[in-house]
Amino acid sequence: MLDGFARNRALAWAGWSFALAMMFFLIAPSLIVIPMSFSSSEYLEFPPRDFSMRWYEGFFGSLAWLQAARASLIAAVSTAVLSVPVGTLAAYAARLLPLRMKIVVGAFLLMPAIVPSILVAIGYFFVLAQINLIGTMTGLVLGHTALAIPVVFVIMSAAFATFDANHERAAESFGAGRLTIWKDVIIPQIKAPLFASALLAFVTSLDEVVVAMFISSGSNATLPKVMFSALRDRIDPTVAAISTMLLLIAMVAVVSLLKSGSKRADG
Amino acid sequence: MSASATSAGTVPARGEGRLTGIFGPSLRPYLGLMPGLAIVFLCVALPCLWLLYLSSFDDAGRLSAVNYERLIDQVSYRRIFVTTFLVSAQTVICCVLLGVPLATFIASLGRRSAALFIGAILFPLWTSLLVRAYAWLVILQRNGLVNNWLMSAGVIDEPLPLAFNTFSTVLGMTHIMLPIFLLPVIGAMRDIDRSLIRAAASMGASRTYTYRKVFLPLALPGIVAGATLVFVMSLGFYVTPAILGGGNVQAISMRIARSLSTYSNFGAAAAIGVVLLLSTLALLAVSLLIRRLAQGRAGGGHA
Repeated sequence: MLDGFARNRALAWAGWSFALAMMFFLIAPSLIVIPMSFSSSEYLEFPPRDFSMRWYEGFFGSLAWLQAARASLIAAVSTAVLSVPVGTLAAYAARLLPLRMKIVVGAFLLMPAIVPSILVAIGYFFVLAQINLIGTMTGLVLGHTALAIPVVFVIMSAAFATFDANHERAAESFGAGRLTIWKDVIIPQIKAPLFASALLAFVTSLDEVVVAMFISSGSNATLPKVMFSALRDRIDPTVAAISTMLLLIAMVAVVSLLKSGSKRADG
Repeated sequence: MSASATSAGTVPARGEGRLTGIFGPSLRPYLGLMPGLAIVFLCVALPCLWLLYLSSFDDAGRLSAVNYERLIDQVSYRRIFVTTFLVSAQTVICCVLLGVPLATFIASLGRRSAALFIGAILFPLWTSLLVRAYAWLVILQRNGLVNNWLMSAGVIDEPLPLAFNTFSTVLGMTHIMLPIFLLPVIGAMRDIDRSLIRAAASMGASRTYTYRKVFLPLALPGIVAGATLVFVMSLGFYVTPAILGGGNVQAISMRIARSLSTYSNFGAAAAIGVVLLLSTLALLAVSLLIRRLAQGRAGGGHA
């Protein structure tokens, strides 16, 4: 069918229009928040009647929103800083295990991605209550790190699968210490996937709602938590302004990722 | 033990012997895994065990199955499970109906165009669930985009109830899940040996017949994997049904959150959580079994 596919004109035309329509379905809805965020109206109107920056002014003028943004940024950066070395080390170590253990360890490390986040949230809430970490940044960062570990682990396992261990053996046979080997031999070879996993870990934490909802509170309440309650009670157009800024962050992340990827391909 | 014994022979004893133990390739890889395993244990495994523990006591603190009996006896609980399963099943069906033709098309493209499409598919994965739920509200609500357009075009007189129901929930979930479904399916379809397709065509099979009898069976393991992933993830959805369902769609996760925050009923919340977790694991096991069988049959066919 694949070879015959292109030869049949009607089928190819149908295929292209269906595929482009689906791409529109996948992408366009998220982009709609951009014009909405510049609307002057209290209500959701599309297209907006008047241009205004009032929702951005509202965001940057509100202590509650700014505090939430600050908490989210701290949590996301800390999550990336913590989960990347932990996940990378785990991926590095896992490939040295015997096959059976490798499967068991891999399944365990992927658990945070499989277990529904509401269960992680409430179970973790009880665990944190035991050690008095509810509402603290430490508790939140640890939880988000657990959620980011599968992402880092999967990306870095793939990176180490194509990693040439001979360089490492050579360095070792010349008497290089382990820290030197990591700094000068291993890390330069896995820079692009390291960058990718750091970005994804950052975004994982930045977008996470459910765990943050249960265990972050007060001045540590994250942006998604505050956004979620703003959306549940009434439709607050400030959310459109924040969504637009989040989209911008996502786009910057994707572009920088593509750039780092193409750089690797050139070098 | 055996790992440290062999490495002692290959790695010369050095001052940084301890570092070699933690970061080295040969000495005990388990040490490198420790931080990751510890964090996942503390934040995910222990919480799950805790729920299991909490769910097995009644209000007076006695060991009992009362929390689980309630799930079976009370209609309201059963209804929530049915709703969640139905919404998840509808999401899977939408993903399969839209995703399989789309994946077929993308898999048939050249490398360059396929990469472009895959980039476009990945884009929504980067955008927050909240952003997308909000966007769907803008589109679907009473005075939203669709209703405004249809009214001004004179197609309808009254706004259609598009938001805050099962329809908007399934639409929002399909929008989120479709990329997750597409990736493994496109991968599986690209891996299919084209010569099998050509062989079928050269023996006079029609395009439809080849697609149905050769291509789809070969793509089936990928489709099953994608569908299971979608179903399992849909069962645990919280944000999308909470916002797009507008209180009219009660998902399991929302009930768990409510029992906890409104009624402080830990035992009930924990029991629902345990059942949700077990359903998730059971589904994954069944899917794994199906894939094994499918692969076994495909292998038998070749032999």
